[in-house]
Amino acid sequence: MKGIRTGPLIPMLGLAAGVAAGVWLDPSVPAPLQPYLPIAVVAALDAVFGGVRARLDGIFDAKVFVVSFISNVVVAALIVFLGDQLGVGAQLSTAVIVVLGIRIFGNVAAIRRHLFRA
Amino acid sequence: MKATEAQSAPQPAQERKREPAATLPQAAPTRSWVALALIGLLCAMLGFALAVQLRTVDSDQGLAGAREEDLARILADLESRQDRLRSEISEQQDLLEQLGSGEDSAAAAVEEARRQAEALAILNGTIPAVGPGLTITIRDPDSQVDSAILLDAVQELRGAGAETMQVAGVRIGVSSALVGEAGDVRIDGIEVSAPYEIVAIGESQTLATAMQIPGGVEDKVIQAGGSIDIVAADEVTVDALRPLDEPEYAEPAPDPDD
Repeated sequence: MKGIRTGPLIPMLGLAAGVAAGVWLDPSVPAPLQPYLPIAVVAALDAVFGGVRARLDGIFDAKVFVVSFISNVVVAALIVFLGDQLGVGAQLSTAVIVVLGIRIFGNVAAIRRHLFRA
Repeated sequence: MKATEAQSAPQPAQERKREPAATLPQAAPTRSWVALALIGLLCAMLGFALAVQLRTVDSDQGLAGAREEDLARILADLESRQDRLRSEISEQQDLLEQLGSGEDSAAAAVEEARRQAEALAILNGTIPAVGPGLTITIRDPDSQVDSAILLDAVQELRGAGAETMQVAGVRIGVSSALVGEAGDVRIDGIEVSAPYEIVAIGESQTLATAMQIPGGVEDKVIQAGGSIDIVAADEVTVDALRPLDEPEYAEPAPDPDD
């Protein structure tokens, strides 16, 4: 699992740069976006863990990662937006978080099996 | 996970083997610089959003964008907390009343008030004070010691912890002013003349050190052609008094508890 195509370097660098920019710039989230940002973050985390797992499985593909990342975020935000319009935003965002949480757990379990063989 | 599911389909054979990766140069074409840049960018966006979200949650500005249900829950939480705090307040107030009604507490309060009044009187210079300290004599044969040097001395002594002092028979208080050229020095409007005798109550060793720091009061006096004597004693008396500054505009704010 070593450096098949990407080392973890570029994603790590990107992540670090993003965190640094967020801390440094300290922007305030526009109010209309505030309910969606946490959902989008969790969805993106799901995509990232999926990507890490795929890489450990040796089937990582950049295109799939990029598309799944974006679609994850967009779909999650859309579901919550729809829920807000229908008046069940809180419940739907809980549902999205639960589903994404389960997937993240599954991915992390797979990653763990790869890394620790346990 | 879309990654895991979808990926095995389009290119199964290519990478199924997890053996040493260096043997896969043919894998490179799928990864262009664009893809790498996109991955980096997406990760950067994730990090950014993560940091921003954490900050937002931290600074509790999130209420503006929160949903009605969430707001209702938060409100309920706050209300129950308020109830708890209210009952705590009433308990504490009861306790306070019990303490306040105790008879010996009145005597203790009077004693405490008297101590405070004494401390304030010494600070303000309305009563004489005795204690360990220094007697400093600054002689000025050339009339070169001006108010700045005396002010320096006062400030150094205060900085070194002098609790009260008098300069040339004038008590120094919070609003004391030292003005004038050498030979025509006034303290609080009272003309004083050399030799200036400063009596300060405090930790005499510290006070003496404060006078003798390089470039300090002693050096300045000597530069001005004068001389300085510093005598420490276990008991010096600051007996000059100054009238109490009655505040003309300020008055005590009402106690918020009443």
